[in-house]
Amino acid sequence: MSTAVGTRTRHAPFWVRARKDLPAVAAQIVLLAGSLVVLAPVAWMISMSLKDVNHLFDFPPQWVPDPVRWENYVRALTAMPFGRYFLNTIYVTVMSGLGSVGSSLVISYGFARLRFPGRDQLFLLVIATMMLPYQVTMIPSFILFRYLGWVDTFLPLFVPFFFGRPFFIFLLRQFFLSIPKELDEAARIDGCSSLGILVRVLLPQVKPALAALAILSFMWAWDDFMHPLIYINSSEKWTLTLALNGFQSPLDPGQPVIHLMMAASVVVAIPPVVVFFLAQRFFIEGVVISGIKG
Amino acid sequence: MQAVAGWKAGPQINRKPGGSPLARREAREGYLFISPWLAGFVVFYAGPMVASFVLGVTSWNLLNPARWVGLDNFRQLIHDPLFWRALQVTAVYAVVAVPLDLLAALLLAALLNQKVRGIGAYRTIFYLPTILPGVVTAVVWRWVFNPEIGIINNILALLRLPGPLWLASPSWALPAMIIMSLWTIGTATVIFLGGLQGVPVELHEAADIDGAGPWSRFWRITVPLVSPSIFFNLITGMIGAFQVFTLPYIMTQGGPQNATLFYVLYLYENAFTYMKMGYASAMAWILFLIIVILTLVQFRISRRWVYYAGGDRV
Repeated sequence: MSTAVGTRTRHAPFWVRARKDLPAVAAQIVLLAGSLVVLAPVAWMISMSLKDVNHLFDFPPQWVPDPVRWENYVRALTAMPFGRYFLNTIYVTVMSGLGSVGSSLVISYGFARLRFPGRDQLFLLVIATMMLPYQVTMIPSFILFRYLGWVDTFLPLFVPFFFGRPFFIFLLRQFFLSIPKELDEAARIDGCSSLGILVRVLLPQVKPALAALAILSFMWAWDDFMHPLIYINSSEKWTLTLALNGFQSPLDPGQPVIHLMMAASVVVAIPPVVVFFLAQRFFIEGVVISGIKG
Repeated sequence: MQAVAGWKAGPQINRKPGGSPLARREAREGYLFISPWLAGFVVFYAGPMVASFVLGVTSWNLLNPARWVGLDNFRQLIHDPLFWRALQVTAVYAVVAVPLDLLAALLLAALLNQKVRGIGAYRTIFYLPTILPGVVTAVVWRWVFNPEIGIINNILALLRLPGPLWLASPSWALPAMIIMSLWTIGTATVIFLGGLQGVPVELHEAADIDGAGPWSRFWRITVPLVSPSIFFNLITGMIGAFQVFTLPYIMTQGGPQNATLFYVLYLYENAFTYMKMGYASAMAWILFLIIVILTLVQFRISRRWVYYAGGDRV
């Protein structure tokens, strides 16, 4: 259908084409101006991160720092044990990803492919919990984890995800429903168990969806601030978001640290941005289906 | 969301007790596969919701034994000026920022839907702020709004306009956060873009031939056809507005003079700074009710303005 439309446009008289081009030119101008506005804070963050401490408060401000102080990055990352914070964050991120994607895969298979009494009613509950704001269960969950002695450990940050993430269950189930059931049935006749069908027949088909969910899970875990804030006390267990919040430089008390803070911010922002560029297609798809961030 | 409409996975199940041995085996396996979710549902959703309700009628600081206080927490809330301030701040933010962001996202999506050179780069650029961790956004924007060295007041100074104190001013702090919310409309934009790409080109061409300008085509054709996306973004945006936490926590700590005391920030302070678990649970329940009521009302109203091309409704 789209080719038919394209052909028609190409053969249209020139004045029709000219009128069609006008919105495109206007759009180009507005988009260019908008991009500059949107990029300004990012450019400013990078610019500040490279400034000499004596030029931080220059007026008018220089956008291109002179001199360029790359050593700000070294100083920012050594002001606090950032290596440790990176490892902490990676650990929590990987565990949340494995837990939520793995468990949601198994659970969603049950909802999509096996018949049992109450299944559809239970699935409505999954949808309901998807909409439940976290704050409603936040305090009792904290009390529960405190009772288990898990406060100031990483466990509260990822263990719940091993019990399925409602949104992932929902998404994967919809994905399973789009795969013909004949595939399973053929395998079942060949003597394949339910688990075998999931692993050997369906898993290869849902790999792109799993990748999208893994990326979403990474983005959310990396971004998470409220959970670590509630559960983590000792500074050696901080995640990167907590470290940025508590950023201080012991090297020069009383001196401005904004350039170092900006350097640390850039470093914390790099992994999600890199993942986004590498997996843009997956990510945008995931967001379209989810429409939820964080 | 139309996917939600088809939530039934297959033919209705025969509920007669027993059934064939094969069916019973399948049912056993089904429960086995979903058992992690069932356990998680009880431990992390149903249990906490009940507990939250019970906590709401107690007074408990985690140290002394919890004490039954009936509806005292709710009575106290009614007389707590900070509770009303938190509600007011959040409501203003929801009423102003959500529609503003939606409108901006829709216009941006319409622009990004044009056949323009470098459209891929533009889409990436406008999505970039949404990728940044919220804490980074907060840290950077705290300085963007800085009255002396921040970008905004520097640009205003170039135009010889006096810049406000932004986050340091009780009257400008909340508007600053609303302005800032425009920076992270990437998700809503992507959803609108998806909706726009489903609008048939023929409709626009037909309207064009009938003499409709771009403006009226946008409002009369595009907007009605993407109304399901508008509705979806409105619901998620409203729910999101009532959950704002990280930005005020890092940028203003709720100040100055509680001008940015968002609801969840005050809830957090009650629970984890003052250790008033019962009081905070009562607040959580009120938040829950507000969100449920708002969502239901939106669904109700949506019947009048949301148009589903396939005729199916959520």
